[in-house]
Amino acid sequence: MAGSNPNAKPMNLTLNVWRQPNRDAQGQIVEYKVKDISPDMSFLEMLDVLNEDLLHQGQDPVAFDHDCREGICGSCDLFINGRSHGPEKGTTTCQLHMRKFSDGDTITIEPWRAHAFPVNKDLSVDRSAFDRIIQAGGYVNVNTGGAPDGNEIPIPKDIADRAFEAATCIGCGACVAACKNASAMLFVSAKVSQLALLPQGQVERKTRVENMVAQMDIEGFGACTNIGSCAAECPVGISLENIAMLNREFLAAKATSNNLA
Amino acid sequence: MFPDSKIPEGSIAEKWDKHKFNVKLVNPANKRKYDIIVVGTGLAGGAAAASLAELGYNVKAFTYHDSPRRAHSIAAQGGINAAKNYQNDGDSVYRLFYDTVKGGDYRAREANVYRLAQVSVNIIDQCVAQGVPFAREYGGLLANRSFGGAQVSRTFYARGQTGQQLLLGAYSALSRQISYGKVKMYTRSELLDVVVIDGQARGIVTRNLVNGKIESHTAHAVVLATGGYGNVFYLSTNAKYCNVTAAWRAHKKGAYFANPCFTQIHPTCIPVSGDYQSKLTLMSESLRNDGRVWVPKTVEMAERLRKGEIHVNDIKEEERDYFLERKYPAFGNLVPRDVASRNAKQMCDEGRGVGSSGLAVYLDFADVIKRIGEEAVSQKYGNLFDMYAKITDENPYKQPMRIYPAVHYTMGGLWVDYNLQTTIPGLYATGECNFSDHGANRLGASALMQGLADGYFVIPYTIGDYLAKTPAKLEDSNKVAINAQHPAFVAAEQEVRDRTAKFLAMRGNRTPDEFHKALGHIMWEYCGMARNAKGLTFAKAEIQKLRREFWQDLKLVGSGEEMNQALEKAGRVADFLELGELMVDDALNRNESCGGHFREEYQDEKGEAQRDDENYAYVAAWEFMGDNQPERLNKEPLVFENVKLSKRSYE
Repeated sequence: MAGSNPNAKPMNLTLNVWRQPNRDAQGQIVEYKVKDISPDMSFLEMLDVLNEDLLHQGQDPVAFDHDCREGICGSCDLFINGRSHGPEKGTTTCQLHMRKFSDGDTITIEPWRAHAFPVNKDLSVDRSAFDRIIQAGGYVNVNTGGAPDGNEIPIPKDIADRAFEAATCIGCGACVAACKNASAMLFVSAKVSQLALLPQGQVERKTRVENMVAQMDIEGFGACTNIGSCAAECPVGISLENIAMLNREFLAAKATSNNLA
Repeated sequence: MFPDSKIPEGSIAEKWDKHKFNVKLVNPANKRKYDIIVVGTGLAGGAAAASLAELGYNVKAFTYHDSPRRAHSIAAQGGINAAKNYQNDGDSVYRLFYDTVKGGDYRAREANVYRLAQVSVNIIDQCVAQGVPFAREYGGLLANRSFGGAQVSRTFYARGQTGQQLLLGAYSALSRQISYGKVKMYTRSELLDVVVIDGQARGIVTRNLVNGKIESHTAHAVVLATGGYGNVFYLSTNAKYCNVTAAWRAHKKGAYFANPCFTQIHPTCIPVSGDYQSKLTLMSESLRNDGRVWVPKTVEMAERLRKGEIHVNDIKEEERDYFLERKYPAFGNLVPRDVASRNAKQMCDEGRGVGSSGLAVYLDFADVIKRIGEEAVSQKYGNLFDMYAKITDENPYKQPMRIYPAVHYTMGGLWVDYNLQTTIPGLYATGECNFSDHGANRLGASALMQGLADGYFVIPYTIGDYLAKTPAKLEDSNKVAINAQHPAFVAAEQEVRDRTAKFLAMRGNRTPDEFHKALGHIMWEYCGMARNAKGLTFAKAEIQKLRREFWQDLKLVGSGEEMNQALEKAGRVADFLELGELMVDDALNRNESCGGHFREEYQDEKGEAQRDDENYAYVAAWEFMGDNQPERLNKEPLVFENVKLSKRSYE
């Protein structure tokens, strides 16, 4: 059945895929061929084709993380031809379509490469370090019940919009994979900025940034050297301004906080 | 004899308050002696786990994702309803209640729906307090938009990513409790069985998806918040991992499954483009606020469009049929989802569908772009337009979107009483996993509302009533301690291992995905947007045949002691193959059309659904009687004391 572009020709591709049986095993690149790939397929649908082929041949399919396939859950995490989520700007792997590639291409597919994201198997990595950073303080301390009426906390529209922009981070880890230092600054700064901008986040503003940065260091993420590849590769466009804000927040907290050493 | 729905006495407005006073409480010092398992960390599960931990219970939370932030609640786009009446446009708790009962085509329980409308206002307050960045007006107050099936603006939103922001709110509350040690979080853990001892839910058996370990977890109560079963159709707007396994395992252990045939087909999805398609993508219903739905007036013109002889932008205004505006002048493009979907199908059946497959209608934004400009339209719907462009390679600012209905939500689910308890004492079901609030059709922006209502504001009260009557010491009726060594857990673990071994031993020829696609095809053709007795009877036999083939010819590789995604998939497909037949049975039993359940035999002269209130104003709750045995139908009569049963009209 033809898709949106009835003239699009199917493609044959060579895939170089990182295979690694488990966390402790040695990994290696393995070459596969896929045929008759429609340009209207998503990248993951192309991998589905590969995996069905492998299964039919009695070989172990390639493990990879994915779920919503509409660019919002943050599960998918492939490093394609040396770039987080592949060649298209502002796009998660699941929303990348094969029309961005050409017949005869060789595509290299690796997992996120970062000390803090160990490989589970093949292309699937463990990103629980991100969860632990949020657990260190990426929330407002408020119990269910007893919240004031929503309209009792008026928020200027431009502040609300800026907080929203920061809050759209999907936690995929593309920023870490793109960074030569494997730094998690963009991820951390997005949450810190969101809550530092909003009135609800003021009470714990200082302790939050101190605790989250401390956890980030414990997890073994690298330092930020202001290259900006994180923001360039972020599929949802989290801005570098957030890192600037994180640095200001951190400095201000360290200079004035009496909460932590 | 049907189990008691436990609807409290009193007028509809007083029931919940009275009930909250009448339920037993667990004293704060005793709460720490109770363990609660919450399965699923979407809106319902995340909110429940966080709220129960705040109260002092020990919570164990489970998700098959790598993080509790990834559940499919995250993909909800349009918004969340609440009866705040901030817009001064006549909204009230009663109106939200009324709209929801009517929108559900009078197949929901009044008392549950009223409670949902009541707590809706608290949800917004709670989320704002957490720092959820809802859309705001210039004065700094919360903004609203309108949504299908309602004539007031009561939908709160965060651009087109409301589900994401609400889920991250619940995730932050959950993360906070994890950091306090009140929630123990198990990621990449899939429920494979529910353990029932002396008739009470006492825990679960899980498989660690990274290393394959089978594990037992005990508790005083178990809350399932495991979402819907729309993926039984293979193609749906659900995320790929969404499945029925937790609910189905519970069903086979004694929990009734209610109204399984009530599935929602969402009218505005991106049409299928090829056989390789792995899932369908929704375009938020909020687009129908400004988008106008149309097809060409004539079959001939539609044919020329399909062949590419003419371009959509060449079609003149007078050659277009804005069929929803024409047929339903009062609601226009904002008719409820079931009505909009059926009409789109009807247009395509008449041969007036567009796109290369002919299975699409247009959703046109030219008018609104002319009225407020591209910039303002982008402010409202930018991310949706971008997503559409990415998938289809077409620019929706310059030409209309093509849309077609797709499976989106399941109103059916585990039967629960007013306390959200299933027919297994100590086992609760919340969010999309239960059947309770949406009747035969869910209104837009009500799923987020229900998930959070159940998790934040209902289960924390009702579960206490059960725990207050349950001894803190975990032991069975023979005073044997309930732990992983208890015979019931040992047996459940063995059953899970045997099942896994059986999947792996077949070494047949067809992959889990191939079986899933075949099942999806049967379900969509015969138990989809329109159903009839002949097709359903045929489908039942086809599903039975496919299920037999599955258990003989399944192809897998590797072992159960490692990450094995095809094995995970096989387990889910096996359960879908059983659920599918029950859906067909339910659709066959319900000799009427209501909401998302449209039986072609029961329609009026205009093609609208014809309900049969005399014979079918009940909840069909199915009881598992053994493998390959017909299930027993139990009927919970629906009593309408406040809303008058009438023909649902949106004209």
